[in-house]
Amino acid sequence: MTLLIEYTLLYASVLILVALGGCFAEHSGVINLGLEGIMVIGALGGALTMSTIATSFPDTSALVIVLVVIIISILFGVVYSALLAVACINFKGDQTIVGTALNILGTAAATVIVKAINTAADPDNVSSVVKYIQPKKAFLFDLGPFEFNWFMVVTIIALVAAYVTLYKTKFGLRMCACGEHPQAADSVGINVYKMRWAGVLISGALGGLGGIVYITAGVSEWKFEYGVAGFGFLALAVMIFGQWKPQRIALAALLFGLFRALSNVYTGFDFMVALDLPSGVYNMMPYIISLIVLALTSKKSRAPKAEGIPYDKGQR
Amino acid sequence: MNLKMRALLKNNAFQAIASSLLCIIGGLIIGFIVLVFINADGAWEGITDLVKNFFNYKNGTVALKYFGSTLVKTAPLLLCSLSILFCYKVGLFNIGAAGQYGLGAGIALYCALALDMPWWVCMILAAVAAGILGGLSGILKAYCNVNEVISGIMLNWISLYGVNILLTSVKETTSPYTMAVIGVNPDAIIPTIGLDKLFSNNQYVTLAVPLSIIIAIGIWVILEKTKFGYELKATGNNKNAAKYCGMAEKRNIIVTLVIGGALAGLGAAMFYLTGYEQWNCSASSVPAMGFNGISAAFLGGLNPIGSIFSSFFIQHITMGGAYLDKAFYCAQISDLISAIIIYLCGFVLFMKHLMNKGIAKSEEKEKRKNAEQVSAENTDKEGGK
Repeated sequence: MTLLIEYTLLYASVLILVALGGCFAEHSGVINLGLEGIMVIGALGGALTMSTIATSFPDTSALVIVLVVIIISILFGVVYSALLAVACINFKGDQTIVGTALNILGTAAATVIVKAINTAADPDNVSSVVKYIQPKKAFLFDLGPFEFNWFMVVTIIALVAAYVTLYKTKFGLRMCACGEHPQAADSVGINVYKMRWAGVLISGALGGLGGIVYITAGVSEWKFEYGVAGFGFLALAVMIFGQWKPQRIALAALLFGLFRALSNVYTGFDFMVALDLPSGVYNMMPYIISLIVLALTSKKSRAPKAEGIPYDKGQR
Repeated sequence: MNLKMRALLKNNAFQAIASSLLCIIGGLIIGFIVLVFINADGAWEGITDLVKNFFNYKNGTVALKYFGSTLVKTAPLLLCSLSILFCYKVGLFNIGAAGQYGLGAGIALYCALALDMPWWVCMILAAVAAGILGGLSGILKAYCNVNEVISGIMLNWISLYGVNILLTSVKETTSPYTMAVIGVNPDAIIPTIGLDKLFSNNQYVTLAVPLSIIIAIGIWVILEKTKFGYELKATGNNKNAAKYCGMAEKRNIIVTLVIGGALAGLGAAMFYLTGYEQWNCSASSVPAMGFNGISAAFLGGLNPIGSIFSSFFIQHITMGGAYLDKAFYCAQISDLISAIIIYLCGFVLFMKHLMNKGIAKSEEKEKRKNAEQVSAENTDKEGGK
């Protein structure tokens, strides 16, 4: 049971971070379908940092490891999301195509980079696996019977910060204006392009952070050929279910996280083992649930009105 | 700029081809730079090996055989790219093609291996099942306002795990792969109609290859020459206007995704019923064919005929990745290059805009020049009076 709670909280953290990322991009008026790819690249940055620490600086203190890994993951995510921003905001590219391209590119680039590093270190090693057993322990701390993860704390901070930024600051409210009616925002002197850049870069930071949380959840190595198994899209479903509002996103993420966690730990429950279902059924669960939830809630969606439409100053 | 060149640049088809070529060149250059970063010495050889693919074999018959293999894998890719472009013309992004392809493979193999059906029945059933899956996305879009990209991704994973469960009953006992179709039910193999002889006895070159090209032409005819296609495109351009004109916009969305799904499913049947490859029942990633279809569709300028060439090219470099020197590089470089190509396709509109702007500028210049000439002639005439 404790294991189920731990996993639920971990997966919920991933979903909250990435969904908040999507939320910022969409409030500024850009649909970020590339979150999946951004997660992979963020995870790549974090994983490589951890494996470097493990081999070159084995006696780094836990606090430094946590901070460095988080910062590098965020940085990777931000830089990668700039590809989306350039194409979609400045060159008015199709946001769906560019987002999809980023997803495919993320996995392909991560695989190529990791394989190149692995092969350079050992010519017989052609796998795309990065190991980080030792440094990963820096992220864990015990509280009673539970094993917590510093990422959960970071997530709560991010959640509060996102709420405050979106609803209580000039910056956040201006950003939302750009997603609802960019022409009106422009007419009162808000630079729509800058605001959209900010939205996309923030989504890159949160997506990159979500990526490293995802690949450290429960495992100590990651095979980058797998990408992040549709988690970026699950996060978008969470965002829609959460009606683009941080507090609701958090609740939705807990629900989805629970179903995702079940596929990891169902063998620990006697009644589920007794059902004797193939493991594929549990793997399908989060996706089926999200489809049903989306079907029920999308009808009255409160999506930002101008999302997905490139802003053109000259347009009426 | 002279007149002929301007007329050429103005031509839509030329613009499409030119921007696709620019995307390819950009993709290859960035791919080359990546190779240089990994290992500078073998980079040039690497990129040429990748582009050469089957030409790497000096022996003509062997090269021909591998040319055949490239064609065998081009057929399903072409069908996937048709699925995506058909839906895109109606304003829908069918990213679910990957899952529809997976389901098509599952149904085709199950019908062939467990139910002992002939190849054409397997094919039809695969198309029907995948069409229903696509239709599900369509219904969710039309009646529940669920973004088809997100429902498509969810269905991709659901169908992947579903197919794994389904095909576990017909897999080899010692490996995760399904049994070879030819050993269990030779009737389920698509007939070669003599095409294998043309490609140095490559038994996998079957009716599927010409059939895929015929389907591509068929899709072009439907989109460009029929009322049905016109209605679908009108729905894509402006849903509300289409509704106002009395077109059933909800039905059109669903029908489009059913056709898109059926195309992807058919593509899977065309591939797995050649016996070229078996399904891996412990696969933990969605088949890449559906995503490569996106590259092929956009690289082909969203034209069914263009898709034939772009599918071949994408498949060509994907298989060319296998010829890279394994000591330094990995085969995924080709995935990287096709991903960069799709990313660059996002700039196509901008490229066309630049071309049109250039033309407009030079036309204006010419006009001004003509006007000056005319006025100069006029003053001459006046002077002559």
